[in-house]
Amino acid sequence: MTEFTPLASLIGGALIGLSAVLLMALEGRIAGISGIASRLLPPIDERFAARLAFIVGLVAAPFAVEAVTGEPVLQTVSSNIPLMIAAGFLVGFGAVLGGGCTSGHGVCGLSRLSVRSFVATLTFMATAFVTVFIVRHVIGG
Amino acid sequence: MSVVINLLLGLLFGVGLVISGMGNPAKVLNFLDLAGTWDPSLAFVMGGAVVVTFVGYRLAFRRDRPLFDAAFHLPAKKDVDRQLVTGAALFGIGWGLGGFCPGPAFVAIGLAQPGTLVFVPAMLLGMWAARRFAQKLA
Repeated sequence: MTEFTPLASLIGGALIGLSAVLLMALEGRIAGISGIASRLLPPIDERFAARLAFIVGLVAAPFAVEAVTGEPVLQTVSSNIPLMIAAGFLVGFGAVLGGGCTSGHGVCGLSRLSVRSFVATLTFMATAFVTVFIVRHVIGG
Repeated sequence: MSVVINLLLGLLFGVGLVISGMGNPAKVLNFLDLAGTWDPSLAFVMGGAVVVTFVGYRLAFRRDRPLFDAAFHLPAKKDVDRQLVTGAALFGIGWGLGGFCPGPAFVAIGLAQPGTLVFVPAMLLGMWAARRFAQKLA
C-alpha cells in the first residue's frame, strides 16, 4: 500500500509542468527526459553541457528536498536485479524507438495536442497496466 | 547561461518528481495496479503537469521565438508509425516491471538502491541500442 496523496501529487505535477514551460519559453526545447538523456550518448553535439546540466539537476533534486524539509526521501525499489536490468533496457530502448517517454509524450506532447503523443501515451499506459496485472495477479497471484 | 538554466530547470523538474511521489517506484506500480492496491495519486501528477504545460505553452508560443534561442525546436514527425507504437509498447512493459521511467530513475540514482544502480546503465544501453536500430531502419 502507498498513501493517496492528491495535493502533494498535484503540486509536484505543477512544478514538473512549470519546468517544461520554462524550458520551452527560454530555450525552445521539449522537456523530454529520454530525449535529453539519449542525446548525451555519442555523437556529442553543442547542447551536451546543457543536457548534462539538466540531468545533474534531476540527480540533485532529492538532496535539495532533504536539505529543505530535513526529512529523508523514502522510496521502495525492487531488489530483483535481473528484473531491474530487463526493465531498464526496455524503458531505454522503447523510449528512444518511440520518440519519447512519460515526460516528452505524456506531458509536453499531450500539451501540444500531438496525435503521435496521444497514441504513444495510450499505448504505454495500456502495456504498463497489463504488465502490472500479469506480474501481480497472474504470476504473483 | 544555458547550463545554469538547464541545471535549475532539471532541479525544479526533479523536485516536482520527488514531491509528487512519482520518484517512488512503489507508488508508480500501485497506480498501475488497478485490480489491487490502487493508488490514484499519479493521475494528479499527470493532471497538474499537463494543465500547467498546456496553458504555459500557449503563453510561450505567443512569442515567435524563445527568449534565448532563434527558434522553437519542435518535433517534425506527424505520422503515427509502427516504430512509435512498438517503442511505446516496450517502454510501458519496462515501466510496469520496474516502476521507473527515465526522469524518476535519474532522480533516484543518488539514493543508491541496488535496483536503481542497475536500472540506469541498462536504460542507457537500451537507448544506445535503439538509436543503432533506428539508424538501420532509416
